[in-house]
Amino acid sequence: MMTKRAGLKLATAFAALMVAGTAHAAEKLRLLTWADYAPKDVVEQFTKETGIEVEITLSNNEEMISKLRATQGAGFDLVQPSQDRIAGPQAEFGIYKPIDLSKLKSDLFIGSMLEATKKNTTIDGKVYGVPHIWGTDGLIVNTKAAPAVADYNDLCAAAVAGKSSFRAKRPALIAFAFANGMDPFAAYKDVKAYAALMDKVGAKLQECKKNVKFFWDGKDQLLNALRSGEVVAAMAWDTGGWKLNSENPDIKFIAPKSGALGWVDTFALPAKGRNDDAAYKWINFNMRPEIAAKVAAAAGNFTASNGADKLMQGKLKDQFAESFPKAAIDNIKWYPAVPAGLEEIEGKVLDRLKAGS
Amino acid sequence: MSSSTDLEIINVIKRFGSYNAVDGVSFSVAQGEFFSILGPSGCGKTTLMRMIAGFEDPTSGDIRIREKSMIGVPANRRPVNMVFQSLALFPMMSVGENVAYGLTCRGVSRAEADKRATRMLERVGLKGFGDRRVTALSGGQRQRVAIARCLVLEPTLVLLDEPLGALDLKLREHMKIELKQLQAMFNTTFVYITHDQSEALVMSDRIAVMNQGHFEQVGSPRELYNNPQTPFVASFVGETNRWSGETASASGDAVTIRLPSGATVQGKGQAGKAQSLCFVRPEAIALGTDQASLGNAANRFEGRVSAVLFDGANSSLLIDAPGFEKPARAVLPQAGPLAGIGVGAPIHFGWATDSMKVFAA
Amino acid sequence: MKPAQRLTLFLLMAPAILWLGLLIILPHVEILILSFSERVAPRVYQFGLGNYLEFFTEPLYWRTFARTAIMSILVTACTLVLAFPIALYIARVAQGRLKAMLLLMCLLPFWVSELVRTLGWMILLRETGVVSYVLQSIGLASQPVELLYNDGAVILGLVYGGLLFMIVPLANALESLEPSVVEAGFDLGGSRWTVLRRIVIPHAMPGIVAGSIIVFMLTVGNFATPVLLGGKNGLWFTEQIYAQFITRFNWPQGAAFGMLLLMLSSIIVWAGLRLSGQSLGTTLRQA
Repeated sequence: MMTKRAGLKLATAFAALMVAGTAHAAEKLRLLTWADYAPKDVVEQFTKETGIEVEITLSNNEEMISKLRATQGAGFDLVQPSQDRIAGPQAEFGIYKPIDLSKLKSDLFIGSMLEATKKNTTIDGKVYGVPHIWGTDGLIVNTKAAPAVADYNDLCAAAVAGKSSFRAKRPALIAFAFANGMDPFAAYKDVKAYAALMDKVGAKLQECKKNVKFFWDGKDQLLNALRSGEVVAAMAWDTGGWKLNSENPDIKFIAPKSGALGWVDTFALPAKGRNDDAAYKWINFNMRPEIAAKVAAAAGNFTASNGADKLMQGKLKDQFAESFPKAAIDNIKWYPAVPAGLEEIEGKVLDRLKAGS
Repeated sequence: MSSSTDLEIINVIKRFGSYNAVDGVSFSVAQGEFFSILGPSGCGKTTLMRMIAGFEDPTSGDIRIREKSMIGVPANRRPVNMVFQSLALFPMMSVGENVAYGLTCRGVSRAEADKRATRMLERVGLKGFGDRRVTALSGGQRQRVAIARCLVLEPTLVLLDEPLGALDLKLREHMKIELKQLQAMFNTTFVYITHDQSEALVMSDRIAVMNQGHFEQVGSPRELYNNPQTPFVASFVGETNRWSGETASASGDAVTIRLPSGATVQGKGQAGKAQSLCFVRPEAIALGTDQASLGNAANRFEGRVSAVLFDGANSSLLIDAPGFEKPARAVLPQAGPLAGIGVGAPIHFGWATDSMKVFAA
Repeated sequence: MKPAQRLTLFLLMAPAILWLGLLIILPHVEILILSFSERVAPRVYQFGLGNYLEFFTEPLYWRTFARTAIMSILVTACTLVLAFPIALYIARVAQGRLKAMLLLMCLLPFWVSELVRTLGWMILLRETGVVSYVLQSIGLASQPVELLYNDGAVILGLVYGGLLFMIVPLANALESLEPSVVEAGFDLGGSRWTVLRRIVIPHAMPGIVAGSIIVFMLTVGNFATPVLLGGKNGLWFTEQIYAQFITRFNWPQGAAFGMLLLMLSSIIVWAGLRLSGQSLGTTLRQA
């Protein structure tokens, strides 16, 4: 723990030395991404077409930012944080560099999604992220064992006592805020109001905690518990719900009454990335409908690629249709960019939640 | 004697697998007696003692202390305490705590135990040593702590397992006397285990000579020395000359033995049918410059000095003589006319019939 | 010393000095400096004690801290109690091949990583796990039993992980106890308990202290076991540090917590040494 920073520095230094020696051997793209976002066949095809090798490191939002922060944005050529995690960390740590939109084929993106993401990731007139994969947070419910669960608050109901779960992370705070009639996104601008709001949410979760079997941490941990019946209702990602639905039709992904939370994972360039050209090539390649469809299928989510949905398999479409009636789609709450400093407030609420008894 | 018997061993056998470490031993020790068990290492004396202490159970037989059978009584409930070969002082405790340990185990209050321990240390000459670490003591002082630790409990019996083995010679000589005095002062029954015949002879009231799991002979030091009942006792207790030869003639206990070279010697004892063993103490051999000076000793020979073993009052000569397979050893009085004799000098030597013990080979 | 000799010595020492300096001392100094910086605005930091003040003014943090310390002491005590008879058996009863085999068995779990060991416990303890199943099938439980996600499970996992590090120094210490000293303890009238309390334990004290220090340090600094086996209430202080560094992006706060953990370990080790009357030197030799 203590030596992490120095260790990272050292590792980077070594990596730099080694790369310097073999710089001309083969062009390389160092990609920091989520699991399943770069399936093997897609990577192989990319290498075949461009001659660029792809070196993949798997991570999550927080670790991506921490890794880049440790090196001040070096070590990777392309990263994939969620769109709400770009503006804040950029203001605080300066770990990204602006994207040259002229190098991207914008007609490969779903127009509205591209515009929304650009808006959320713009600082001082410069754009730092473009959309790639999107999905939602909602409820995975075993409809046979817990038929009454329809909103986040129902996880706290006596009917599922000891058999519900959510992640002790910020999505839970946001979700329960909405479920209890608050609008956290509207409070983003006002730190004080946000803190007060979060305190209320924290109290609500504290109360709910006795119902929770565990705060899930890894996706597989939760899915296993749902499969075995140890957990019957949980707040989680849609993709996990649909995966379980294919195995057991009783388990469904439900868009909660107060709204599913919509997230978009992006492409962003690290401040000290060395191979921007390769990064742009990877983005353009990935947004091609046939490639995007493959990636979406592997990740079990949807893509911001224009036209990929037509190429996707029927199953996921059907599942999406069942989970999201028209009204539910309109009710999706898309994360706006997180202003710097809010994580501090949320973090304390979460710490208290985990520590208190 | 039976009324004041502290320890009684009745036909005790200890078997390890098919090997009898202690093979049918019986003896009793009277109150206040200093009793030694003398034998070479591996003779079973340590096993015997561990059975008395309660660390081993006899395979059969009985161990009685003051008439009470100790079979099934654990070591910590026997009125027996032991001084270990390594002394086994508790290094984590001070001298005073070592001595008080047994008392506190018996439920004596801390203050009382300390008081008694202090008094005991005074009696063994360690006044004011109570607070010292045991590691800061000399060998002799440690010895005294080990004994004080037992005596403070006023046991019926103290067992001592070669406690002098680790000391240097001078101290060992001193401690022999001190142990004897301590035993007399406390009038406690001591059972002393040793392989060193001089320790046993100096301190003991009675000695049992043990060999291969059984007792060869039990008796006073003087009896053992002068009247050994077995060849083992004769050779193990004290210095001796040992020769073997054919039995030439025997009438009653008077025996004539023919040595391999043809010379004959006369002694007393139980001769074997064909072969016999002869034992003569070095101090029983008379020396002289001519035959006449040997007087009327039945066995007289002539030889040459092959070595002078000078050791003050214990000096002796080795004499090569025709007819003897091994040189004869004789005490050389440093006050006599032969004190200055050198190697190669001719010499006459001889001994009386009574001085030679004969056993069947 | 001749210059050439000095150079040789320097070259020989260089790897060790580099290792110590670059990987141990330097990062700690950096963490220490970092712990005194406060954020005033994006990318603007200044010197201050705020991170430490935050720890003392926010009950959440020092409660977690105290909880971690108390649980670690408890784990160390449990490990000691469990390890003592095992070590006693290995050191004084077992002979030759059996002894080697017993030590090997203690070592065996350490051939796989801590994570795998912990996951093993999860498989055993979870509601649909092996223990629950066995309890049900022999009729001791009428419905699935959840044994995971509580402090008991955390203690179990941590004790398991610390056992070897307690057994080895203990067995070492006990092996050096002369058998006759134990026999003398009995011979002078001591009961088993007296001999254990007044002779065996005092003799093994350096080993006890050495093992306890190692187990305590390992436990207090553990991360995976409390995270995976712990319940929704069981926050370990290392999780706080991780959260500050990784999810909160608040390195100075994390650094301050790290420093506080280091101080806690040092103070408790020091207190343990004082209480048991042992010196660090003898203890390190025993370990």
